[in-house]
Amino acid sequence: MNLTAAFRDPELARGQLDAIAKTVADYDGAMTLMEVCGTHTMAIYQHGVRSLLPKPIRLISGPGCPVCVTPVGFVDHAVALARRPQTVIATFGDMVRVPGSTSSLMREQASGAQILIVYSPLDAVSFAEKHPEQEVVFLGVGFETTTPTIAGAVVTAAQKGLKNFSVLTSHKTMPGPMAALAGDPELQVDGYLCPAHVSAIIGADVYRPLVEAFNVPCVVTGFEPLDVLQGVLMLARQIVAGEAKVENQYNRVVRPQGNPKALALLHQLFEPCDARWRGIGDIPESGLQLRSTYAAFDAAKKFPVEIEPAKEHAGCLCGEILKGKISPRECPLFRTVCTPDEPVGACMVSSEGTCAAEYKYGS
Amino acid sequence: MCLGVPMQVKSIENDMAKCEIDGVQREASLMMIDGVNVGDYVLIHAGFAIERIDEDEAQLTLDALRSALDQGLVPE
Amino acid sequence: MKSDIILLGHGSGGTLSHQLLDSLIIPILSQVAPGEQNDAAILPEQSGRLAFTTDSFVVDPIFFPGGNIGDLAVNGTVNDLAMAGATPLYLSVGLILEEGLPIEDLRRILESMRQAADIAGVRIVTGDTKVVPRGKADRIFINTSGVGLLEHELEIGGSGARIGDQILINGTIGDHGMAVLASREGLELKSDMKTDCVPLNSLVAKILAAGGSDVHVLRDPTRGGVATTLKEISLQSKAEITLDESGLPIHATVAAACSILGLDPLFVANEGKLLVVVAPESAEAVLAAMHSCPHGGDSTRIGEVTGAGEGKLRLRTAIGGLRSIEMLAGEQLPRIC
Repeated sequence: MNLTAAFRDPELARGQLDAIAKTVADYDGAMTLMEVCGTHTMAIYQHGVRSLLPKPIRLISGPGCPVCVTPVGFVDHAVALARRPQTVIATFGDMVRVPGSTSSLMREQASGAQILIVYSPLDAVSFAEKHPEQEVVFLGVGFETTTPTIAGAVVTAAQKGLKNFSVLTSHKTMPGPMAALAGDPELQVDGYLCPAHVSAIIGADVYRPLVEAFNVPCVVTGFEPLDVLQGVLMLARQIVAGEAKVENQYNRVVRPQGNPKALALLHQLFEPCDARWRGIGDIPESGLQLRSTYAAFDAAKKFPVEIEPAKEHAGCLCGEILKGKISPRECPLFRTVCTPDEPVGACMVSSEGTCAAEYKYGS
Repeated sequence: MCLGVPMQVKSIENDMAKCEIDGVQREASLMMIDGVNVGDYVLIHAGFAIERIDEDEAQLTLDALRSALDQGLVPE
Repeated sequence: MKSDIILLGHGSGGTLSHQLLDSLIIPILSQVAPGEQNDAAILPEQSGRLAFTTDSFVVDPIFFPGGNIGDLAVNGTVNDLAMAGATPLYLSVGLILEEGLPIEDLRRILESMRQAADIAGVRIVTGDTKVVPRGKADRIFINTSGVGLLEHELEIGGSGARIGDQILINGTIGDHGMAVLASREGLELKSDMKTDCVPLNSLVAKILAAGGSDVHVLRDPTRGGVATTLKEISLQSKAEITLDESGLPIHATVAAACSILGLDPLFVANEGKLLVVVAPESAEAVLAAMHSCPHGGDSTRIGEVTGAGEGKLRLRTAIGGLRSIEMLAGEQLPRIC
């Protein structure tokens, strides 16, 4: 079975759209659905889903772009490390263009820094093994889908006895911010499309407390267009019926308990900490930091560097965008001052940031 | 979050699998999942297999989507 | 050649330089006898308008699946001339070599260039060679400039797209860019993806013979891919172009590699593809002509010009949705989010 093509079948898409239209036909008022995953933001834009959904349904994006919610100080720290001699910054491509207070990794590369774009943190470990004379620092950003992979890379580096591999991390967890948003009186969210692959790790059951506390429907939804449409349909049905429960649309991958082995690996290396979400503020226990037993692999502890004072650009409304309170077009900087060429905030430069997606794909 | 691609396991050596999809091959670590066999489909993210893909469930989902189309009904 | 690597002396103009030219570069590229080597090539008079173009090539790695920087440099300039509707005639070759470049690599590249030129039917008539110290160039940079003859009076420019025009392409998208990217360090993808780098002048000749003045625009979607090229055309023509996602030809392997790295194949470079914007009356005839060509077997329609007024590019997605396509800020980078 071609798992990708099957979930893009235009006929089946038509079937879902008809079912959605029927479900909301007599619904009074707006139906605001929020997705909290940058990959959902992208998928919805790439497949033109908004152009197909019937009027009452409004899809908004929440703080699901890990790059967007990474504090400016993290980029500044990475920039400071990039300027060290004999240091290679290994990173996912997502981080390379993100603006820090005065520079970015791309800019540092132009000034002579060594930036290595990798697909997997294990590729960074292999690079470190092949180049013992270089210090390799891997930038770990992401939610629970990615954090176990960084954990795996550190374990692998430890097994190989590498002394020149370390990570600088700014990992965050779900569904903490979802609760923060659900409790925000200024925000009306009628249902959540829950992340596909974060949920593959943490499990579908993890959203139950959210549903119980706020009486808001949650559907764990995959990333293919048919997944998104089916997820929207399942939310619409709950809302119309006045129900609120956790449903799992993506059950070919997501289990109720998630992936215990991945979670064990994650907890072996990382422990919860308070975290700063760019644009939202501090959310307690919403971050993950390397345990002190792995201090030898923690770049923040291994390399004392001077980090410039964090500077946020005045007028940047990424925070309001990330909370779903305004759409990109309602930000006065969108397209005028803030563009993919000259991004003011991370929502524009991150490949799956809400503003980047609207700029690239919005009609 | 985040990009994950279904790939098929072609061979396994220790904790590493050679995976393939449509002619593209990539090594992936099996550090995070147990009981993977050659021929299984797994979800690959950043060079790791993060979950097995249940083909039966996939088929059930597609069947439900198909019957929604055929009958104009809302699927369970 | 006594040395097995390029030395600074090879670019100094003295005996080492002459050795490099006389025993390697000139015999392979153009076979002009030492007695005939002058500062400039004298070209015969031509009986029509001339097209003139230049391009520089800095691709990394210099050897990639299915090709290398050499044939890329020849075909790239041949194709630029072809897109203007010109018959490519003469090329110049400017080489900038990094000290330390293995002579064997240079030989392979030069031989590819000669082969490519012969296949395309062009002559390499003049050139230049410089050597820079180690670290000042990435192994080899090549510039090719080309002269071609316009044997017709057609005006084929980017501003010619009109409502109703059909957009055709001669084959699959993203082959070159993905083949090069997959062979770079750090991504570790294995596949049999190959570049699609070929000369397109014969294909263009057939297209013009079949469509004549109904062929409004010809352009090859190189850097930036099909999306960037069509966006440029839409801006130049002040037209709205709509693409059909389900009609886009793409190898399953290229699509899979793009999925894994999070790249959009519409923005990936092609080196053996061209886009034809043709009036609807001649679309069938042009498509049939393309099918009869060696590099046009997979030719297909991918969209049409749906409006006028502002430069817009849109995509009708596979599930029937609509989205717009904008130019990217810079190169696409592999992503995990």
